[in-house]
Formats: sequence, structure tokens, C-alpha cells
Amino acid sequence: MTQAQTQPNVQQQADQQALADVSDWRGVAAEEDAERTAAEKSDQQSLDRLRGRSRKLLGSLIRPHKPMIILAVVLLLVQNFAGMAGPYLVKLGIDNGIPPLVKNQGATVIITVGVAFGLAVLIEYATKRGFLFLSGKIGQEIILDLRRRVYDHFQRLSVGFHEKYTSGRVISRMTSDMDAISELVSGGIDDLVLAVLSVVSISGILFWMDWQLALATLGSFPFLLALSIWFQRSSTRAYRSTREKVALVIVHFVESMGGIRAVQAFRRERRNEHIFEQVNDDYRVANLKAFRLIATYAPGIHLIGNVTTAVVLTYGGYRALHGQVDVGVLAAFLLYLRRFFAPMQELSQFYNSLQSATAALEKLSGVLDEEPSVPEAASPAELPKARGEITFSGVEFSYRPDRPVLHRLDLAIPAGQTVAVVGATGAGKTTIAKLVSRFYDPSLGTVSLDGHDMRTLGTTDLRRAVVMVTQENFLFAGTIADNIAFGRPEATRAEIEEAARAIGADAFISALPDGYDTQIQKRGGRLSAGQRQLVAFARAFLADPAVLILDEATSSLDIPSERAVQRALRTILADRTAIVIAHRLSTVEIADRVLVLDGGRIAEDGSPRDLISSGGRYADLHQQWADSLA
Amino acid sequence: MFPQLPTMLVLLLSAFLGVGASIVIPLVTRSVIDGPVRHGDESGLVWLGLLALALGVVESGLILLRRWTMSNVTLRIETQIRDDLYRHLQKLPVAFHDRWQSGQLLSRATSDLGAMRRFLGFGLIFGVVNVAIYVTVVVLLIQLYWPLGVLVGLIALPLFWISRGFSRQYLVMSRAVQDQTGDLATLVEESAVGIRAIKSFGRDRFMAARFGTNAAKLRDTSVDRARMLSRFWPMFDSVSGVTLGIVLVAGVYAVSKGELTIGGLVAFVSLQLMLVWPIETMGWIIAHGQEAMTAADRLYEVFDAEPTVVDRPGAVAVDPAEVRGHLRFEGVRFAYGDTPVLDGVDLDIRPGETMALVGVTGSGKTSLVALVPRLYDVDEGRITLDGRDIRDFTVDSLRQTVATAFEDPTLFSMSVRENLTLGNPDASDEDVEEALRVAQAGFVHELPWGLETRVGEQGLSLSGGQRQRLALARAVLGRPRVLVLDDPLSALDVHTEALVEEALKRVLAGTTALLVVHRPSTVALADRVALLSGGRIVAVGTHSELMATSAEYRAVLSAAAEEQEAVR
Ligand SMILES: Nc1ncnc2c1ncn2[C@@H]1O[C@H](COP(=O)(O)OP(=O)(O)OP(=O)(O)O)[C@@H](O)[C@H]1O
Ligand SMILES: Nc1ncnc2c1ncn2[C@@H]1O[C@H](COP(=O)(O)OP(=O)(O)OP(=O)(O)O)[C@@H](O)[C@H]1O
Ligand SMILES: [Mg+2]
Ligand SMILES: [Mg+2]
Repeated sequence: MTQAQTQPNVQQQADQQALADVSDWRGVAAEEDAERTAAEKSDQQSLDRLRGRSRKLLGSLIRPHKPMIILAVVLLLVQNFAGMAGPYLVKLGIDNGIPPLVKNQGATVIITVGVAFGLAVLIEYATKRGFLFLSGKIGQEIILDLRRRVYDHFQRLSVGFHEKYTSGRVISRMTSDMDAISELVSGGIDDLVLAVLSVVSISGILFWMDWQLALATLGSFPFLLALSIWFQRSSTRAYRSTREKVALVIVHFVESMGGIRAVQAFRRERRNEHIFEQVNDDYRVANLKAFRLIATYAPGIHLIGNVTTAVVLTYGGYRALHGQVDVGVLAAFLLYLRRFFAPMQELSQFYNSLQSATAALEKLSGVLDEEPSVPEAASPAELPKARGEITFSGVEFSYRPDRPVLHRLDLAIPAGQTVAVVGATGAGKTTIAKLVSRFYDPSLGTVSLDGHDMRTLGTTDLRRAVVMVTQENFLFAGTIADNIAFGRPEATRAEIEEAARAIGADAFISALPDGYDTQIQKRGGRLSAGQRQLVAFARAFLADPAVLILDEATSSLDIPSERAVQRALRTILADRTAIVIAHRLSTVEIADRVLVLDGGRIAEDGSPRDLISSGGRYADLHQQWADSLA
Repeated sequence: MFPQLPTMLVLLLSAFLGVGASIVIPLVTRSVIDGPVRHGDESGLVWLGLLALALGVVESGLILLRRWTMSNVTLRIETQIRDDLYRHLQKLPVAFHDRWQSGQLLSRATSDLGAMRRFLGFGLIFGVVNVAIYVTVVVLLIQLYWPLGVLVGLIALPLFWISRGFSRQYLVMSRAVQDQTGDLATLVEESAVGIRAIKSFGRDRFMAARFGTNAAKLRDTSVDRARMLSRFWPMFDSVSGVTLGIVLVAGVYAVSKGELTIGGLVAFVSLQLMLVWPIETMGWIIAHGQEAMTAADRLYEVFDAEPTVVDRPGAVAVDPAEVRGHLRFEGVRFAYGDTPVLDGVDLDIRPGETMALVGVTGSGKTSLVALVPRLYDVDEGRITLDGRDIRDFTVDSLRQTVATAFEDPTLFSMSVRENLTLGNPDASDEDVEEALRVAQAGFVHELPWGLETRVGEQGLSLSGGQRQRLALARAVLGRPRVLVLDDPLSALDVHTEALVEEALKRVLAGTTALLVVHRPSTVALADRVALLSGGRIVAVGTHSELMATSAEYRAVLSAAAEEQEAVR
């Protein structure tokens, strides 16, 4: 019990410690900028270029909707016109409607004015309704288009990019940045157009009513301009930083929720909270900076408007006093003046959304600008039916500069051969597999399929020919059938079940409550590790590729299931090229040929039997393995 | 939110004052026209002009004050709720996270909170302010000329009626949009995390099509929402337009009858024009209000979920000095929803003993070991540590006593050290080194920045075996009293496996351990083996005992079978 009482103290210390070094948890990466896209360097030139690109992107998004946009603008014009009629009709009513009434000359003028008012209201309703719908629709189409484009591009970018960029950032781009843009398209455009229209038309009217007063009004423009330029400069920077900070929040959020088991089991909650509070607060501060800018800008505009109104009021009063202007004109002028500055507020609001959206758009065009480091061939070689011959010639590869993982690797795998790759962990086995499935391109030399350099093959042909069962075997939320069909989406139900049966997954699937239609939750969490591996295997089997790569495909299986898979492998691999990476040498036995990999070099190469009898490394490994069984 | 109440009041007050100032400005206009202009009073004109100027400056100043305070307050509230949400989510049991899509959680933490913030910032304040403007203006209008003033007051009725219809319909649609936004986020996350699987099957087009379909669905819902919005929204303008028309006609008539001065009518109309904006924005405020409301609903769905794995009243901390590590399962039953997995597990692991747990794929081994650190709670029966139900210990101290290595390594994109020390940042360098030695994870020193190197997301910039060894090192760090290792050596080559086993043996000597095992080689680490089958422990004994007595055990873990294969 005494222990229990001292606990809080220990806890406090831990807390303080956690708080003290909450900054260095992320560790060091090759380049901090790795988290941004290549286009997003922070020098002025790249920033300008990026801005240009994002403008172009915006243009290309808007272009297909031109006719609709024109229609919407026409509706707006009409609406604006109908709206403007109001004050003018008031002037008419006061200046022209009152005298006849006073003189008992009938009420026709004022009745006409009243009817015109009714008409104006009707037109305003119809056009505003039309505009709102149309602009909503256009906005949503644009967002959809943008979402699709960015998603497609993310899918095209190579594994190497995703490794650096992390899924949290992808999500942030696809959600939070999209939110910022849709805030603009859903709420701002009409403000902009209407505001610009009324500012322009009202200045026309002002000049027409009394040019001296109008000139006095125009005196406010330089101030407006200066203020706007200041706002543009500072808010660009501020919003850019918001986009980056929110990404960090999302990255941390997604990662902690994804690894919640480890978080809870290792009592990481408290430290995570500190970290989250920190990134969340950074985001708040970034937001606050941006918000304060608009919180200064908008009242600034307001102030200019108010000062101008006071000046015009005094000056106009003075002129009216001296009979240079009608009292009615002065009244109307002041009414219009309000209408002149009110949209300025909306304009500033729009400008703010625009700045925020532009920052988001910049991030997105940075992504769209990113070239896949494993680019698709411009004019791909035809390879509709691959035989499955794999050749490495002089292949060098490194993930990080100066740390080669593979050293001048030469390797020829004839079509139909089953090659087992063994070696210590970290020797580069998976790396070879990744090169064959072209997750990466070699830094030197070529990897080729049927004599074609991988780089010259079309993605579709290549992916049809080469399929890899990865060490992590990722499953998607959805049914088991969906997941197996991922290997070949057009497969029938019978084929799906056949594939599962072939590798011995049928038994456990049929035992599930909904069989093949069982929902397996995110990342296949409803299945056990072995079951996941079986499904991943069935998926690859269904794909029926010419080259099948199995990276530790049976590591989590129990021995009976592993046996079943191995039996199945004998038939499955009979007529295709296979690269089997395994630590359990029982799996290696089915291979025609064994490669022993050591530190990125091939140390031994031969049939399993020969290698055992020749007494090299493989023989040692085999001996050690046989011993471990006893 | 309540700590922010005083500031909210300041906000409201400055909003009111600002609006008050802007209401007075037209009155000044009226005074200018009716006073100095009519009477030729130049100095009066200057004074009134200066008054307008002063009012204008004050009004802008108040807007500035309000907006600055508002940014502060709303951002604080948003940040606070997000912190709370995160904290709450971390407390919720794994079962909750199994059930919930990650994108739905994320969209609550970002989009929904944003919607609430926007409403708090503008909508709420202006909702109140607009009503106040309305009342004030109507009162002033009634004072100016009561018959028309009352008329303007009466437009509240149609406005109320329109608002009600609008709110009802908008609520449903905005909820649908938010839910679909969450679904879309889920898809994005899945395809970002699963990029390797997608690439390896060349399914990028397939995924893009799937995403496109969902995004199109969201677009359709949003367009429906826009259509609905477009029906109601302009009605608000119409109401104020119609009233202005009526006021003009009737006002002109009243002026002609001499009941109202021209200046009075001008002031009346310009005052009334002040209502255009509040009425027009009503649609906007209602829309944002409904969005905030559904967003709050969605947040509450999460906040309302109770953390089920919590300290019982009277729970005590495990005393690290006293703990012997006697772990016992007594009649443990466990089911995922209505899929029973464990059906009366009895197992006794003596202090310091290493127990291997063997069973076919899907027999429930992982589920069983997850019960020990209380990632899930048993449905029936109990698990005891040194004779005391583990639920009578504080969760925190229990998890400090029990360390786990999962079957998938679960690494984070942080430094190696941080990944190792996860929950106890105060672990010493010696502890870390010792753990790395046991797990044979010396490779970390060869990484570019050693222990400070950031491992990629999910540790994917490491090889499979490297990841697994880090996860193992993490579990043995600080020598926990009870170790739970789920298939900890599956990704290691034979040679490394032997080295790890050698080192692990020393750790296991003084530790109670539960070890999920698929290979005969790893069984050697254990003192005894338990066979899990049909949700129960059907046999316990040493490896050789079970080989001799249990046919099922032989089938599951027959080295002979593997050996045969090897020799062939
Ligand atoms: N994405 C990456 N970024 C940086 N380094 C990497 C990356 N992937 C692997 N490495 C490093 O390259 C080396 C080879 O890794 P690889 O995955 O090929 O090993 P392996 O032979 O498959 O090992 P294992 O049997 O453990 O899976 C390792 O040292 C690893 O740390
Ligand atoms: N979150 C879940 N919801 C519903 N059922 C689940 C869930 N997780 C696992 N199961 C089911 O419970 C059973 C036991 O799963 P568990 O992961 O405990 O198996 P295991 O013995 O660890 O298998 P393996 O050796 O393959 O890892 C399996 O049939 C699995 O389908
Ligand atoms: Mg590997
Ligand atoms: Mg398991």
C-alpha cells in the first residue's frame, strides 16, 4: 500500500520528464524536407513557381464548367440588378412619388414603384435560387474532380514517396485541405462576384449621381489597396503554416489510433497526450496567426469605409447646404455608400477564404507536381503474356545514399523456376523482391522481365505478370470475398472459393458466421494473423501471375496449415516463376534453386541438395535448422 | 466551454456596441439632413460630421476587439475539445477501435470540430446579435413611425416559419454529408496505408474507381443539400424585400399626408435597410448552426462511449517489489460480440515459469494473451495475478507489470529510442542497451543516426526481422515481471533465432512468461506447454510429455512432420 502512495510521485516525475523532452520524439530523418513534396522548397523562387502552378491547377479545374459558370454569373448579374433596384426605387418613390400625392395628382407613380418593387423581389428570389443551386453544383463538381485527381496521383506515386510522406499527410491533403477548398467554393464565390459587381456598379451610380462626392469616395481606394496587399503577403505565409501544422496533428492522430494496442499495452497514453497537445497547440497558434490577420484586415476595411462615410457626409452636407446638390441625392448617395462598403466586408471575407484555399491548393499542386520516382514508361513495350524470366544485371540499390543494400547483383531466373532466397534478417531479401515487383528502380543496372527492362514495361502488363505477397499482408475492410477478389476483380464467386480451397483457407472461412461474406473490419482485424496470411495468399493465387513472389508468406501459420500451403505450392508453382523468401527451410525444400544472400551479395547459388552436400553456408543453416527441430 | 463564458460575454457585448454604433450612424445622417442642411448651420454640420467619424472609429475598434477575442476563444475551445477527444479515444478499449473506422474518428477531430468552431465564431454570436438588432431596430422604427414599425416587427412570423422548415431538412442532409466525408477519409487512409498491397497487384485504377464512386456519392449528397439550401435561402431576402416595398409605398403615402417628414422616411428606410443583412444571414446562420449541431452529435457519439477497461473502485497498484508473477486463468470465457473464442480456459502459470501456448491458426491464442494486459476484459471467469483478480489492480500498474510483444510489431514513425521506450520515457540508456542485446537488435547502431533515427511509418523502413526484434526489445525493456510474447520469433532466420533464444532464456529465467509459439524450435524456451483447442486448454505439460500423450499436440506441433519434410 505504501507503494501505491508513492506512485503518484513517480508519475509526476515521469510527467515532468515527458514534458521536458516532448520535442525530440520524432527522431532524425534523412532530410526534414522529405515530408514536403519536391515542389515545396521554401526559397522564394519555388514558392512563386508553386503559386503559379496552383493557379494553373485552379484554372484547369474551372475550365470544364465555363458555360455553367457563365450562366451562374448571368443569374448573379440579374440578381444584382434586381437587388440594386431597391434603393433606386426608394429614391424614385421619395423624389417622384411624394409630390403628385401631395398635389393630389393620383398615386400612379407610387403604385408603379410598388409593383416594380414586387417584381424585383420575385426576380431576385428566382435568380438567387438558380444561382445558389448552380454554384453549389459547380463547386461540388470541382471538388470531386480535384479529389479524384489527387487520389489518382497519390496512387501513382511510388512506394518510396509514400514512405517519406506518410499516410497521415496523404489523409491530411485529402481531407483537411479539401475542406479548406470546399469552404471557398461552397460559400465564397457569390460573395466575390456580387461584391465586385456591386462595387463596380455602385461606383458607376455614384459618379452618375454626383461626381464630386464620388471622387471623394474614391479617395479611400489607395488605403484599401495598401491594406489588401499587406494582408495578402502575410496571410499567404500564415495559411501555409496552418496547412503544415494540421498535417502534423492528423499524422499523430492517425498513427496513435492505428497502433492503439501498443499505445495502451505500453501505457503510452500520457506521453502521447503531451505530444498531441503540443502539435495541437502548434496548430492553434498557426491558426491564431492567420485569424488575427483577417481579424485586423476586416475591421481595417470597415474603418476606411466609416471614415469615408463621415467625410462624404460632411462634404455632401456642405454642398447641400450651398444648394449644389439635392437633399434627395445626398440621402440616396449615403444609402449607396453603405451598399458600396458593405460588400467590401464580404470581399475581405472571400479574400480570406481564398488565401486559405490557395495555401491548400498549393499543397495539392505540390503533390500533383511530384513525379513518381518509379515512372510509368512513356511508350511501354507490349507484354500481354509474360513467360516469367527474370534477370538482374549489375543491379545496385540503396534506400539511403551511401548505404548500399544490394551490391552489383547479377542473377538470371529462367521462366518457371522456383527460387528460394534465404539469408540473415536485413540481408536484402525483401529488397530483391521489391525490385522484381518494381516498387523501386535500381540505382544502377537493370532488372528485366522476359528480356524487357522493367522501366520499359506498362504498369498493367507488369502488375499482371508479377505479384508479391508482402511480409505485412495488408487486408482491406470489406468481406473476405472482396479481399480475395482484390487479386482479380473480375473473378466469379466460384473462382474465389476455388482459390481459397486450393491453399487450404476454405475450412476456416466456411466456419465464420457469414462465410465468404464476413466483414473483416479495418486491416483485416477480425481475423487472426494466420487467417490473414491465408487470405492474402489466396488473393495472390487468384491473381494467377507469371511470377509469384512470396515474402515470408507462411511465417504466422501453424504447422498443419503450413503443410497444406506447401502441398498447394507444389502444384501452384509448377508452371510459374516463383521467388520464395522463407526462414523455415521446410518451405525452401520445394525450390529448384536456393540463393543464399549475405549483406546484399549472393553467397551461394545452387540446388538445395547440392548446397547441402557441398557444405557451405546453406549446409550450416540447414544443419542448424534440423537441430532446432530436435 | 464554460471557462470561456466571461470572454463570450465580452464578445457579445462588443458585438452589441459595434452594432449600436452602426445603428446610430444613419441617425446622424438624418440629423445632418434634417438639421444643419435645412437650417444652413455649418458648424453644426462639422460637429455632426465629427460625431459620425468618432462613431465610425469606435465601431471599427469594437469589431477589431470582437474578432481578436473571438479568434482566441473559438480556437481555444476547438483545441481543447480536440485534446479531450484524443484523450478519450486513447482511453477507449481496443474493442471500440476494432469497431470504429479510423476515418470516422479523424473526420470528427478535424472537419466536425471545424464546423463547430465556425459556428461558435460567427454563427452563434451573430445569431444572438441579429435577434438583438432586429428587436432594437424594430423598437426604433416604432418610435420613428409606429404603424410601419409594427408592420416591420410582424415579419418575424414568416421568418420563423421559413427557418423551421429549413432547419429540419438541413439537419438530415448535413448529417449525411458529414458521415460520408468520414467514410471517404476512411478510404483514403486505407489506400495510403495499404499502398504496397495495391501496388503489388496493380490495383491503383480499381482503388481509384472505388474512391471515385464514393466521392461521387458525397458530391450527390452535397448537391442535394445545395438544392435544398437554394430553395430556402433566398426566401429570407424576399421577406425583407417585400417589407421594404410595403414600407416605401406606405411611407410615401404617410409623407404625403404629412404624418412623416421626408427626413423621417429616409431615416426609416435606412434604418430598415439595416435589417436586410441580419435577415439575409439568417439562412447562413441556421445552416452553420445545423452543421455544428450534427457535428456535435457525431462528437458525442464518441464521447458517450464509456471506457470499459477502467480501475474498479478500490483497485490497488501492483507492488513491483512484491509481485511474484503467479498468473492464473480461471474459467475464462471471452467472445468478440457473439463469436465465442474462449470457452472456459483454466491455466496456471507459476511464478517465474515460462509457459508456451500452442494451438492451430485461429484457435484464440492472440485473444487469450490480449486479456492479460486487459486490452480486452474477460466476459466470465477471471485472471489472477498472485491470487488477485487483475481487474482489482489499477490498469496502469498492471500494464507496467505486464509487457507484451504483439504478432505484428506495431512501430511508429518516431525515433528508435522512442519506439523502444514508448510508455516509460525515463528508461535509462543501460536498460535500452540491455533490451537491444536480448533482442539481438544491435543493428540499430548501424542506422544513420543510431537510436535517434526515425523509423518509417509502421517501421516499414526496416526489414521484417528488424521490426520484430525492435518489438521484442520493447517488451523486455526494463525487465517486466510478466512477459507476454505473441509469436515473437516468426520473422527471424534460424541463425538469429538461435541467438535471440539464447539471450531470451536468461531474461525468461526470472520472469513469468506466456509465449505463443508455432514452431517446435521456440517451444524449447518454455518450461511447459499448454495446448489451446476449442476455446479451452486441453493439455498442459512439458514438450516431451505432450508429444507422448497428446495426438492433437503432435498434429499441431509435430517436429517429426517437419523433419520428414526436411529430410525428403
Ligand atoms: N524503406 C527502407 N528505407 C530504408 N532502409 C530500408 C528500407 N527497407 C529496408 N531497409 C534496410 O535495407 C536492409 C535490407 O532490408 P530487407 O527488407 O531487404 O531485408 P530482408 O533480407 O528482407 O530481412 P528480413 O528477413 O528481416 O525481412 C535492412 O538493413 C533494412 O534496414
Ligand atoms: N476483433 C475480432 N472480432 C471478431 N472475431 C475475431 C476478432 N479477432 C479475432 N477474431 C476471431 O477469433 C478467433 C481467434 O483469433 P486469434 O487472433 O486469437 O487467433 P490465434 O490463435 O492468435 O491465431 P493465429 O495463430 O493465426 O495468430 C479467430 O477465429 C478470429 O477469426
Ligand atoms: Mg524481409
Ligand atoms: Mg495470433
